[in-house]
Amino acid sequence: MFRKLHDPGPQAVTIFIDGRPVTAELGESVAAVLLRQQEGWSRTTPVSQSPRAPYCMMGVCFECLVEIDGQGSVQSCLTPVANGMHIARQQGRRSLSA
Amino acid sequence: MSDRTDLLIVGAGPAGMAAAVTARRHGLSVRVVDDQPAPGGQIWRGIETVAATPRAKRLGESYLAGAERAAAFRACGADYESASQLWQIEPGFRAFVTRGGKARAVTAQAIILATGAQERPMPFPGWTLPGVLTVGAAQILLKTADSVPEQPVWIAGCGPLPLLYMTQLLAAGGRIAGFLDTTPRGRLGPALRHLPRGLGRLGDLMKGLSWSLALRRAGIPIIRHVTELRAEGEGRLQRLRYRTEAGQEAEVPAEVLLVHEGVVPNIHAPLALGCAVSWHAGQHCYVPVLDAWGETSQANIFVAGDGAGIGGAEAAEPRGRLAALRIAAKLGRLDDATAETAAAPERSALSSALALRPLLDAFYAPRPQLYAPPDETLVCRCEEVTAGELRARAVEGRPGPNQLKAFTRAGMGPCQGRQCGYTMAHIVAAAQGRSVEEVGFYRIRPPLKPVTLGELASLDEQEPAA
Repeated sequence: MFRKLHDPGPQAVTIFIDGRPVTAELGESVAAVLLRQQEGWSRTTPVSQSPRAPYCMMGVCFECLVEIDGQGSVQSCLTPVANGMHIARQQGRRSLSA
Repeated sequence: MSDRTDLLIVGAGPAGMAAAVTARRHGLSVRVVDDQPAPGGQIWRGIETVAATPRAKRLGESYLAGAERAAAFRACGADYESASQLWQIEPGFRAFVTRGGKARAVTAQAIILATGAQERPMPFPGWTLPGVLTVGAAQILLKTADSVPEQPVWIAGCGPLPLLYMTQLLAAGGRIAGFLDTTPRGRLGPALRHLPRGLGRLGDLMKGLSWSLALRRAGIPIIRHVTELRAEGEGRLQRLRYRTEAGQEAEVPAEVLLVHEGVVPNIHAPLALGCAVSWHAGQHCYVPVLDAWGETSQANIFVAGDGAGIGGAEAAEPRGRLAALRIAAKLGRLDDATAETAAAPERSALSSALALRPLLDAFYAPRPQLYAPPDETLVCRCEEVTAGELRARAVEGRPGPNQLKAFTRAGMGPCQGRQCGYTMAHIVAAAQGRSVEEVGFYRIRPPLKPVTLGELASLDEQEPAA
């Protein structure tokens, strides 16, 4: 959906989205990286499993919830990227046994 | 870091930073918590990192002005905790904050809520599809990630922000498919009645006009008086349909649609603290009831910045300083006469900053269709409750928003009603023939942000056993 206007150069880091390595830039949020992917969605809803993507980018809509380094339901628009971070898109409701 | 402070400020935007600098100048210990990773609020998002980059210039002078504010804030001696979420304040005050998965309590004698504004929710069929974002979200992506929509983008709504963003986007080399202007016909007359008061701010008016002219010069298609929007697609936005006041209808391909219909104060924190709010007819939203210093109906809790009523960054700073001056006086660091003297220039700066606001409020007031979306529209994004369901329930025994919330789960999801509260109130009001003000709003309870059991349990580590 979105594209970055400059090459991150020395600020580039690698994060993993559903296991796939992706280039990101220090200082940007995880949600910003998600929106640059071919599949821009971040989670599916607990009610109807419909896909959602970052919407407000300022912490008030909670559409950008993802799992970050094993912790579920993190607001990706409020989380800056870090090298080696693992992001998993969230599917439906969280299972109690997870 | 001590867990006691004279003053706790929530939010490190223009109001919070200005308040911190002033309070420190009068010798108060100050703690500032903010959910963003760096100071600046939304207007100056990412300013510390972005100021030194080539893209800073095309974001404009009012953005760059944030650099010196952030530097002054960093140097003022306040304890600043970024990436921290406030979720509860108890009387006394004990404020509970989560940072890095751990919760902590901070004791403070006075509190300034400088939590700013959010974009006014704008429900229409398909607004939950990936590819539909707010204009504010796109501007944050431009500022902090130097990112623009890949394809020519559609923009729908009204207000100064879409014009500013489109100007910035063009300067960055982005492409615009068209602007669907939702401002209704006939707004100019009522708005111009407020012109005499706004004459001192002609510069701002000229700035707005120059944005409009730049768009026209760039040949951006502008479709006026749009009344209906519909976003469609399989799992993502693919098509956009719209209808104008004159009945013109069209369907266009779209990958990204950005929407914006003004901003409203974040009132969740004041509501949860029992601060009185009142309906602001001009801005069509609730605002906290405040005295001339920004103190709420709850003693020693203040609200500054756009959370006090929409006024922009230029109004936020004097509001922050006024609150800090009053708190310094209340805590005995400043006598009342000195505080009054220091307040005079702040009051005049505030009044000047607000001079154009009534004109903007009248011109860009929410269109009547905004809160009356078609039945199939999801009003509550989180729990996926439609306008039709709420309408059907609203006529069975005249329930208020809180009863309807219990019946339907609308407002119970993670956003806690931030995206559906006003739509719910309008739907109930329309169905029952009452005023929105009479219908009221959700009762807001802590936690203000979702908290995990693990975070709650971590409080134990902080507090010594009794």
